[in-house]
Amino acid sequence: MQKQEKEISIADIPSKSSQYEHDECSESMTLNMGPSHPATHGVLRLKLDLEGDIVTSCEPVIGYLHRGDEKIAENMTYNQFVPYTDRLDYIAPLSNNVAYAITVEKLANLEVPPRCQAIRVIVCELARISSHLLGIGVYGMDAGAVTIFLYTFTQREKLYTLFEELTGARFTTSYTRIGGVARDIPEGWLRRVGDFLDQLPPIIDEVDTLLTRNKIFIERTQNIGIISKEDAIAYGLTGPNLRASGIDLDLRKNAPYSGYENYEFDVPIATLGDAYDRYLIRMEEMRQSIRILKQAIAKVPSGPWYAENAKKIFAPPKAKVMRKMEELIQNFMIVTEGPQMPPGEVYFEAENPKGALGFYILSKGGGVPYRLKIRGPSFCNLSILPKIVPGHMMSDIPIILGSLDFVMGECDR
Amino acid sequence: MKTSHFQTLKQQFNSITSRPSTDWEAVNVPSEYLVEFCMHLRSNFAFDMLVDLTAIDLGINESPRFVTIYHFFSSINHNYFRVACECTDTEPPTMISLTNIWPAANWHEREAYDMFGIKFQGHPDLSRILMWQGYPYYPLRKDFPLAGIETDLPGKDVVEETKAKVIPAPLDGGPFHGVQASTVKKREPKGYDESWSEQHPKPLS
Repeated sequence: MQKQEKEISIADIPSKSSQYEHDECSESMTLNMGPSHPATHGVLRLKLDLEGDIVTSCEPVIGYLHRGDEKIAENMTYNQFVPYTDRLDYIAPLSNNVAYAITVEKLANLEVPPRCQAIRVIVCELARISSHLLGIGVYGMDAGAVTIFLYTFTQREKLYTLFEELTGARFTTSYTRIGGVARDIPEGWLRRVGDFLDQLPPIIDEVDTLLTRNKIFIERTQNIGIISKEDAIAYGLTGPNLRASGIDLDLRKNAPYSGYENYEFDVPIATLGDAYDRYLIRMEEMRQSIRILKQAIAKVPSGPWYAENAKKIFAPPKAKVMRKMEELIQNFMIVTEGPQMPPGEVYFEAENPKGALGFYILSKGGGVPYRLKIRGPSFCNLSILPKIVPGHMMSDIPIILGSLDFVMGECDR
Repeated sequence: MKTSHFQTLKQQFNSITSRPSTDWEAVNVPSEYLVEFCMHLRSNFAFDMLVDLTAIDLGINESPRFVTIYHFFSSINHNYFRVACECTDTEPPTMISLTNIWPAANWHEREAYDMFGIKFQGHPDLSRILMWQGYPYYPLRKDFPLAGIETDLPGKDVVEETKAKVIPAPLDGGPFHGVQASTVKKREPKGYDESWSEQHPKPLS
């Protein structure tokens, strides 16, 4: 039998570190963290140089989840790409769906009816709560507070049940279509969303009491991974990570889309920009999302839930397709050739839970984009790691990664 | 809200041209002025964030073939600005790097290099970022097929043991969409199977 010899990285450390030894007291070594490591929340790999327990340099290696979404997008119609957007930020697929649909509608200069806009705001905010619940849950776990995860995941489970009722899928929702959504909200769904919102604040308060004044959590997160205002701007950070550094920038407020200007909410801002601040921002954002949702479900407008006059973009309801000639042709053309777009280029960013998810589309007309670029917020947020990690202890890395709350699906695309 | 800085900018940079755009203000800038122009945008018009950087392949026979696209955002005025800049027609195509002004450009430029093979002059570490080091092709170029090209995997020890290779994806007669064309044969290449007709029955597989 052939003898197999495998190099195992952990066992290697003592033997290899001897090469780097140059001082009797200190010891420097190179350590690979990931791509499969529980603290990296996905397939992120960090090449670390350590001096004792202190990190001297950090080089993120990404691309392990690269699927070539942009190439695929160039080869399919606009509607066919919606399921691929689920897989960008797979923690909050609904908000990706909405961001993508709005981009293409901007290209077509198409206005969706108020009911559709309200539905989109509701699903976006539910997705934000779902993402932050997971973000805080696993962050707590990284910091050693496992209980939080149980609280937050119970709530996410309830959200998934709501998503399933609305979209037919728990995880990969593919809910939007260009010019509308896949289906109208079901009977009684808004009431169930209301019930969910009523029981959520006590749970958030519970997490609050468990973490916010927790001495261990504070010791581990305060003054860790500080991002200055200037760095946050220069590295193109967005979302909660940017606001934790003290910059008042929320696209829902500052460049409103989908009718966000009609809702009252506050944008939480922190001052220091450390890991603790980023946690606080997410906690407050969940409360603000509840506020937006309560306003939204109270006044969902009646009327059409898709752009009825967009004959070349939104496929008509199946009942009409089966009985009427014109609708049958319309449906056939949209399915085979895709929603027809004018030539032009468009760039749109939506305030997603992880930051600003941007789509750039260059169209030469027809049903297929000529070039589609996805600007993943996690990609930009991770690019600051080489700047902020050096100088910290090795054990602070899970805290910094957890506080940035990234997802590799949209980083690697 | 669409800005209109073009006339002001034109006075300072004579060779810029306005770029048609459906949403935000956009200009074409010659690459020799790119750095200067972007510095000017940042200091005088408060476009302090480089939110997105990408490239377009306009087609194999086009000249210029590659254009880089920059999106700037003003965290004060909350509007966007698009800058397009043509790359040289050499192989590899080249462009000036913006990493000295915006550290955010670092990873974006590496991605554009990885996907299009555009060489950004002045970039501190222009290496592949999404594909692995040593991958021989540039996937987002228009002459790269959707299915991929057969090539070796990185990691010699793994390859020796598993005999694994990168193979083109089976597309089952793709593409994924119908093309705008006059005949059914062109419109639905998947549905048009030439191996059988009324005279020759469909082979039972």
